[in-house]
Amino acid sequence: MTARSYLRKGGFYLLVGVIVLQAVFPFYYAILTSLESGQAIFDVNYLPHVIDLSNYRAAFANGVFGHQILNSVFVATLVVVLSMLLAVTASYALARVPFKGRALLLLTVLSVSMFPQIAVLSGLFEVIRMMGLFNSLWSLIFSYMIFTLPFTVWVLTTFMRKLPSEIEEAAIMDGAPPLVIIRRIFLPLLWPAMVTTGLLAFIHAWNEFLFALTFLSTDGQRTVPVAIALISGRSEFEIPWGNIMAASVIVTLPLVVLVLVFQRKIVSGLTAGAVKG
Amino acid sequence: MATVDLRNISKNFGTVEVLKDVSLSIEKGEFVAFVGPSGCGKSTLLRLIAGLEEITSGDLMIEGERVNDVLPAKRGVSMVFQSYALYPHMSVYENMAFGLEQAKLSKDETARRIAEAAQMLQIEGLLERKPKALSGGQRQRVAIGRAITRQPRLFLFDEPLSNLDAALRGETRVEIARLHDRLAETTMIYVTHDQVEAMTLADRIVVLNKGRVEQIGEPLELYERPASRFVAGFIGSPKMNFLTGDAARQHGAATLGVRPEDLTLSAEQGLWSGKIALTEALGSDTFIHVDTPLSDKSIVARVSPRERFRHGMPVYLTPAPERLHRFDEAGAPVRG
Repeated sequence: MTARSYLRKGGFYLLVGVIVLQAVFPFYYAILTSLESGQAIFDVNYLPHVIDLSNYRAAFANGVFGHQILNSVFVATLVVVLSMLLAVTASYALARVPFKGRALLLLTVLSVSMFPQIAVLSGLFEVIRMMGLFNSLWSLIFSYMIFTLPFTVWVLTTFMRKLPSEIEEAAIMDGAPPLVIIRRIFLPLLWPAMVTTGLLAFIHAWNEFLFALTFLSTDGQRTVPVAIALISGRSEFEIPWGNIMAASVIVTLPLVVLVLVFQRKIVSGLTAGAVKG
Repeated sequence: MATVDLRNISKNFGTVEVLKDVSLSIEKGEFVAFVGPSGCGKSTLLRLIAGLEEITSGDLMIEGERVNDVLPAKRGVSMVFQSYALYPHMSVYENMAFGLEQAKLSKDETARRIAEAAQMLQIEGLLERKPKALSGGQRQRVAIGRAITRQPRLFLFDEPLSNLDAALRGETRVEIARLHDRLAETTMIYVTHDQVEAMTLADRIVVLNKGRVEQIGEPLELYERPASRFVAGFIGSPKMNFLTGDAARQHGAATLGVRPEDLTLSAEQGLWSGKIALTEALGSDTFIHVDTPLSDKSIVARVSPRERFRHGMPVYLTPAPERLHRFDEAGAPVRG
């Protein structure tokens, strides 16, 4: 190998290293911190020297945190399920059924997602109160879908358009009614795209902070991002880093597991158009 | 009784008239080919019969019953698509079973029919495979198999060979002809832009042009007695030679048509003189392109490969007088 190709390879791995470091190091440091307690947290170290699970025990000690995780799971799961249900049926219509104003409708759907959260927050607060959803988890499900639906509808519509229409026509000739076509033909073919968009919707719903902070007022209703931010120490001058880090690690793990499980599907979802008849 | 009866069928897409007043009657067990250049409406006509497009006006009768508003699956029609349109996520068996399942057939009957079709098409060994693990020819067989298992009254083929390579195309063509033999009761409609496929497969050919039926007839009838200049030019390969001007006027026509095989080529004497621009030796035949002052296009003549004509040679062409096709200004044939 020439010096040039060594340089190239070296540069490549250096870049990979930077990316990994930038993405993984904060999480790694969170794990490290979560395993230490007391004064040890404030000693800077890059390798674990004690493994102390007391922070984790403390996180679950009062029982509220477990409940908050369930809140998050409930909200994120429902957001994904409802988004998928609506997006698949909507994208079928938008991609396959010719009707007047289809392009306009698609643009409108997209434009919904262009407003910054903070800009719609106060108006949305009024809407939520009017609907009697304040301090209910449904307020989050409702408001998160404002942002997940445009995205999922768009991705699935583009994906659905790429499916050859002859496959659908073959199913029509085979006597399959529209719902059967969606369920038996489209869903299996759209699966990779649905996993990708569904996962992104899940992550969005799982991580969302602003709405969760605004629309929920009691501890028992909170979702984890807000709950973690509101963890407080014994006095206002103490920030319980150990507890915060332990809680952060706990709520990150489900996402890591999900991404790892669906990894291969995500790749095939991102390289769309891989479905050829 | 006719299986399929098209009565004054028209189809508009918006303001565009794609099919104009098409009437056609197809007998039971007949193999009919729709041919025409792209955009002539042949695929649309097939899709109307299938029920994938709505008929704008006119009546479509299948076995005496008006089916304009009958769902595709209830028309007793199967279709083989150009791209095969197999369900990519299902095995060959599931592909063939899907339609039967929708028709609520019993598992045993489904299995029996699939076994029968698989045997007929020699795809028994492929039943567990997914479409992507099949070659183009195998996919085509599966697509045909899927259509057969539904035991349709009417079989529709939408350019089924155009995605295959030349060698496979010839083979599959023969297979479709055999299939037609075996399913003698089943009517077949076959859309193609390839007139050779139409000539070799069909009992009758429907030539379409710009949404109208130009001519309906048996292959040789179309070849021998084309009802218009368009049909004369479309059927036959290489194409019929057309001459206008004086050469045509001498024979009392606006356009004179003569097929390559109806021309005699001679180095010494003949009716039209010219110079050889190109020779194509195919082994069984040789096609000679002759530049003449009569026409901007070269005139093509078919000669036996034993005759030696070389590029650049001055030659004379003589058409067989009884084999001339004469057309008037509008392209209609001049008879008598």
